Amino acid sequence: MASEQAAESYTVEELVAVNPYNPDILNDLEGFVNDQVSNQTYNLDANLSLLRLYQFEPERLSVQIVSRILIKALMAMPGPDFSLCLFLIPEHVQMEEQFKTLIVLSHYLETARFRQFWDEASKNRNILDVVPGFEQAIQSYAIHVLSLTYQKVPRPVLAEAINIEGLALDKFLEHHIANSGWVIEKGARSQLIVLPRNEFNHPELKKNTGETVPFEHVTRIFPVLS
Amino acid sequence: MASSAAAAFYRDREDAAPPSSGPGGGGAMAAYDPSYVPDSVKTFVSHLYRHIRDRNVYETHQMYEGGFTRLSDRHFRDTPWPPAEAVAAHCDGDHVFLLLYRELWFRHAHARVQGLTPAQRAESWDNYCSLFSVVLQGVVNMQLPNQWLWDMVDEFVYQFQSFCQYRAKLKNKTHEEIALLKQYDQAWSVYGVLNYLKALVEKSMIGEILEREKVGLEQFTATDGYDYEGGSNVLKMLGYYSMIGLLRVHCLLGDYHTGLKCLAPIDISQQGVYTTVIGSHISTIYHYGFASLMMRRYIDGIREFNKILLYILKCKQYHQNSPQYDQLLKKNEQMYALLAICLSLCPQDKLIDENVGTQLKEKYGDKMTKMHRYDDEAYAIYDELFSYACPKFITASPPVLREPYTNYNQDAYRLQLKLFLYEVKQQQLLSGIRSYLKLYSTITIGKLAKYMDVDEVTLRTILMTYKHKMHSIDSDGKVISSADFDFYIDEDIIHVVESNLTKNHGDYFLRQILKFEEMITQLDKVQFD
Repeated sequence: MASEQAAESYTVEELVAVNPYNPDILNDLEGFVNDQVSNQTYNLDANLSLLRLYQFEPERLSVQIVSRILIKALMAMPGPDFSLCLFLIPEHVQMEEQFKTLIVLSHYLETARFRQFWDEASKNRNILDVVPGFEQAIQSYAIHVLSLTYQKVPRPVLAEAINIEGLALDKFLEHHIANSGWVIEKGARSQLIVLPRNEFNHPELKKNTGETVPFEHVTRIFPVLS
Repeated sequence: MASSAAAAFYRDREDAAPPSSGPGGGGAMAAYDPSYVPDSVKTFVSHLYRHIRDRNVYETHQMYEGGFTRLSDRHFRDTPWPPAEAVAAHCDGDHVFLLLYRELWFRHAHARVQGLTPAQRAESWDNYCSLFSVVLQGVVNMQLPNQWLWDMVDEFVYQFQSFCQYRAKLKNKTHEEIALLKQYDQAWSVYGVLNYLKALVEKSMIGEILEREKVGLEQFTATDGYDYEGGSNVLKMLGYYSMIGLLRVHCLLGDYHTGLKCLAPIDISQQGVYTTVIGSHISTIYHYGFASLMMRRYIDGIREFNKILLYILKCKQYHQNSPQYDQLLKKNEQMYALLAICLSLCPQDKLIDENVGTQLKEKYGDKMTKMHRYDDEAYAIYDELFSYACPKFITASPPVLREPYTNYNQDAYRLQLKLFLYEVKQQQLLSGIRSYLKLYSTITIGKLAKYMDVDEVTLRTILMTYKHKMHSIDSDGKVISSADFDFYIDEDIIHVVESNLTKNHGDYFLRQILKFEEMITQLDKVQFD
């Protein structure tokens, strides 16, 4: 009882920072997972703290909450969050049907098999639709991987990766042309989308930034130079 | 400096002895009186007590490292030291000193005495609680050798791990042992362990001290944490080492992200207090590197493993006479195995020092060649190296003490191994890509697909997987490339770029300039007759 009262005057983030190794915050953390789902926010540290408490109190583990944490972790791709969560979930729990599905989905994302991913995802709407923003998050991840890989990506490749086609894709492209610096070109076989330059799809950019010495470091030799 | 009772850390994988040869065993021990105190032990206790009271760190260190080991070898090879009550008369019955004595007593018992009972393990836990409580109250005024303080934290975590392993092997436990486990179910609770470590970190204000040191407001590294103005180093150093202890506990639980977070206040890119005690140095880097590997930050792991392996290569001769030499070598071997794994997943030979590279080739050259093939044999080698080199994972929840009793001590390890091999499997096609990228500067998707015997769609996914796996996200959320061969695709053409990891020559020159300047100043001071 006392802990519940105390909890009211702290935010969950504060509780995690002050008192992470305490089973009394377990319920707060579960509530916080639901908050993250409904408010479209994300806090890996808090979720790992909850999974850790489930490790210590296996009988209190809620399959529904774990499932939400894992979906949120998928949405955090390209970060390793999904694996980080799995490391903490006992193997027999991972055998649950819905977790098996999520693990397969993660595998498709990790190996950039977007076609299979979207097929599988569409069969499991009941699990995924609980978490708003799921599709958009995966689309951002797909675009992230594409921009690491391509200077110019053929339209069909993009369409498959983000699972948008036809008019909807035109609209999507329009939005990104206006906001993200995308450019459309005519390619040999299809439309080409020129993705913004970064050091990963234009490796030569990296060389220019490679050898920099922070100013503070240079100041150290000022006495020598004078 | 580096010998010591750091045994605990290295003992890692040789777990507690089977309880079969337990307390009742052995008529040979009939004449053994556990509370008999040899004269040399009386002298040892009274001298150690005096040196601690005199705040004589040097002598305390000598006795702690040398004296204790020598006496253990002579009188207590496989029997415990005399109980604290029996030596109390030689240290004025000093409460805190006796807590320290018991800490040594249990550490020695864990290392050398077969078949510790749950009761003894629980008593050791109680002793740590009393000791840490005294320290946390901030009333301790001693200066203890850093070596000892490191060993304390290290042993604390070791005994916790050892207890978790012990109670997870339920299958062959006697009814009596099960009853004792029930009776002492509060001992070594994971909450207690984590909260003591956390309390030491917080109460010592070590995070703040390290922050203040960065801006020149405080000295910590320069004095190795010792206090030369009449204060005590005990709480401060226990707090410092507890950060490393927390990293280790979190690794044992499979929580690598949180583990690295606990270590974050210590800047491991340079030397620091954590490097002065070799056990602490190795534990820090071993767990840091392992956590990096599991988080797919291969470059971080490779860099740090390379650094410490080079260091061990150069300094191990100085530890040859240490009783822990074998264990030092073992951790050394394990880190070579982890390095072999990192380099197989992320070939960055340029980061490896020549000497380390030679050693690595000697030890794992053949295996690494096979690991690149990604066939069944390759998986077997990944499995073998991981199992050999990983920490001794634990299941931290208390056992369910109901029939039928089963062993679950391997569960945590199996899960981590499985997930690791899963990751390896996801990367299986990447080494094929890599070997082609080495050959071409440009190649069309169609052509490469034909060479690799896959369709174009699949090849595009493999290329994207390569990009995804070879780019990690650092703790600030920044994307970091770890690719040795990089490429980009322009419509249907792959352009290959050999990426050189930038070495910071600028910083190197700056450091050398300062070093020479210092030398010149020194030379200027030299006077010739």
